[in-house]
Amino acid sequence: MGRRILHADFNSFYASVACFLDPALRPHPVAVAGNPEARHGIILAKNELAKRFGVKTGEAIWEAKQKCPLLITVKPDFAQYQKFSALGRSIYGEYSDRVEAFGLDENWIDVTGSTSDMADAHRLAQVIRGRIRDELGITVSIGVADNKVFAKLGSDIKKPDAVTLVSPDNYQSVAWPLPARDLLYVGRATEAKLLKYGIVTIGDLATTPEAFLRAQFGKAGTMLYAFANGLDIAPVAPTVDQQPVKSVGNGLTTPRDLVNDEDVYLTISMLAESVAMRLREHGMRAKTASLGVRDSGLVSFIRQTKLSKATNITIEISRACMALFREHYTWQAPIRSLTVSCSDLVSMDCPVQLSLFDDEAPRKKAEAAEVAVDDIRRRFGYRAIGRAIFLKDREIGLMAPKVDHTIHPVGYLQNATMDSVTGRR
Amino acid sequence: MKVYVAVELTCDEAGVMHPQRILWEDGRKFEITSISDVRRAASLKAGGSGIRYTCRIGKKDAYLYYEDPKWFVDP
Repeated sequence: MGRRILHADFNSFYASVACFLDPALRPHPVAVAGNPEARHGIILAKNELAKRFGVKTGEAIWEAKQKCPLLITVKPDFAQYQKFSALGRSIYGEYSDRVEAFGLDENWIDVTGSTSDMADAHRLAQVIRGRIRDELGITVSIGVADNKVFAKLGSDIKKPDAVTLVSPDNYQSVAWPLPARDLLYVGRATEAKLLKYGIVTIGDLATTPEAFLRAQFGKAGTMLYAFANGLDIAPVAPTVDQQPVKSVGNGLTTPRDLVNDEDVYLTISMLAESVAMRLREHGMRAKTASLGVRDSGLVSFIRQTKLSKATNITIEISRACMALFREHYTWQAPIRSLTVSCSDLVSMDCPVQLSLFDDEAPRKKAEAAEVAVDDIRRRFGYRAIGRAIFLKDREIGLMAPKVDHTIHPVGYLQNATMDSVTGRR
Repeated sequence: MKVYVAVELTCDEAGVMHPQRILWEDGRKFEITSISDVRRAASLKAGGSGIRYTCRIGKKDAYLYYEDPKWFVDP
């Protein structure tokens, strides 16, 4: 029994919201960008006019202004983005109890239960597209398919304000000519490797023997083969199952580049402290810690590790991240930003497996001490108490962890293992 | 330009709001004789979205938006 899945993607989300709320911006090329003084001066989103000048997401404001001198940059307004995101989801929620968010601006909607066939799903997608435009004042592009991967692909084909059908009847003509890069989970590294074997398009990937891909990419090869052939069977998560908090993370672009392990340890400790504090706020402990590193050449990577025990103790998180850092970074360039995040969360009420050999008392004490620090800060302000290590470098150490909204890209595989998203029809 | 306005309304037992008149900033009052449509909608002209009331004022229809907690009219 075929499924019918929509993927709805707000077009240039941040920029569209900015232009909608301020009609005076609309006739101009507009980009939403971070604050250049805090070295966050990169383009986060741009409107159609700015796109025509070649302004790209992720480039520096000055680069964008070279291409488009009249570019207007506006600050991000996360409260509004969250509001529009929630309004969009409430519209999707009228048609399905399975609405799965992928970031703030993308959602999968399983409409198998509310439509009779593909043509019906296509009609419903048009209805939703019209409602978003009329009720929210911004636009979506929607992909309609029988699996999540092709639905997502479809939402990128025609935009803005459009619906694209990638059905079992037409996917070979619609999806296969597209570059493999467009496929979910084909990033820069995978693309380069595929090109080496002459695999350029999604069609090439789909017609490459699965055994060959598996030999080159391991389990991910099987997954890519399944994705390219529309054999993805990952379900759209039911709305009710989605926990409000799945991970807690904090990232920071530092005021100056970090040049040695000591700088990095300081920054990691500061981020870990804020992450640990937020974990406690949510009443959670984490079982996985991850570290994101971006160097001054803007090359970045993320590595994660299992923690031996679920924790919300700063020092345990920062040690785990520092170990990741030492293992994976060779100082080929100075570092521009770091992100510490914790996932795999369990409630603090959850019973803890004690070890026969370790003494749990110091850990309990450490957690109690941090809770006490939280309380002191709540009552007397953030600077009332702090770690001595942060006094070592005033420039970095004395920055209060940002209350910035850190919105992390969500992993497609977070609810599923690689095996469970591939399947056979 | 988005212009926020003062609105006089009644609220019924079910908590449903019924706008009665719009009070313009210069002191003029516009009596709403009937409301023909209520729906969530976006106003591109004003740059805001909310619950839109299609109000009969005199011989004309006007859009009044409830952008919780403020009200504005389509310019």
